[in-house]
Amino acid sequence: MEYSYTISGGDFTHAGEASSHLKRILKSLNLDPVLIRRTVVALYEAEVNVVAHAWNGKVMVDISPDEIVIVVKDAGPGIEDIERAMQKGYSTASPTVREMGFGAGMGLFNMKSNSDSLEIKSDPGVGTEVRIVNKIS
Amino acid sequence: MTIEEIIRVTQGTLVCGKAHLPDEVDRAFCSDLMSDVLTLGCSDILLITGLANVQAIRTAEMADIRYILMVRDKEVTEEMIRLVKENDMVLIKTSFSMFKSAGILYESGLKPVY
Repeated sequence: MEYSYTISGGDFTHAGEASSHLKRILKSLNLDPVLIRRTVVALYEAEVNVVAHAWNGKVMVDISPDEIVIVVKDAGPGIEDIERAMQKGYSTASPTVREMGFGAGMGLFNMKSNSDSLEIKSDPGVGTEVRIVNKIS
Repeated sequence: MTIEEIIRVTQGTLVCGKAHLPDEVDRAFCSDLMSDVLTLGCSDILLITGLANVQAIRTAEMADIRYILMVRDKEVTEEMIRLVKENDMVLIKTSFSMFKSAGILYESGLKPVY
């Protein structure tokens, strides 16, 4: 099953709608609640990252019997130093993002800890692509 | 503690979730940092927060947290209420500060997550 969603940069009102929709789909498939929570938390952090840092983005979800694959691709400033961005507490978020309750430097860390596999590719000045895979056991 | 007791001791107001007044909650977590809330590996706790926006509700939804206590009488928007209802959650408001709310609830028997 494949689903796709679009994300607008700066639109905090609608941030999380893709995660919310995916959560409903995963629940309807009667998957393990822990797997559902891990998957939607990872996607939600990715969505918030696009809203907080990029101009626009797209989420593509592919659910197969064995795994859930999520690709979040954005057009935006990209990440200069991915290794540094993965460190807990490192953030380049604006004061507006912090006012929304994010920007504590936990986003990528949360994505990693809630994914079985996380790959990040970024081209500074062009955008970022994040691939999250969670196995269905 | 039941939701009803939580409302009583914090002198709170129930915004949404009347059907859950008898529900029992054992643990609570205080934070205004949503990524911090998303690190919790447990569900069905009470989230005590001063962050009054849609993302506080979305975060609770993703983290499987049904019960939210908003402190310092922050304004609750229609969009927040819509999300709370859509996800069958409970939203309580209190004029107490986060420190005071947490202190009273701890003294009343709510346990910390960590």
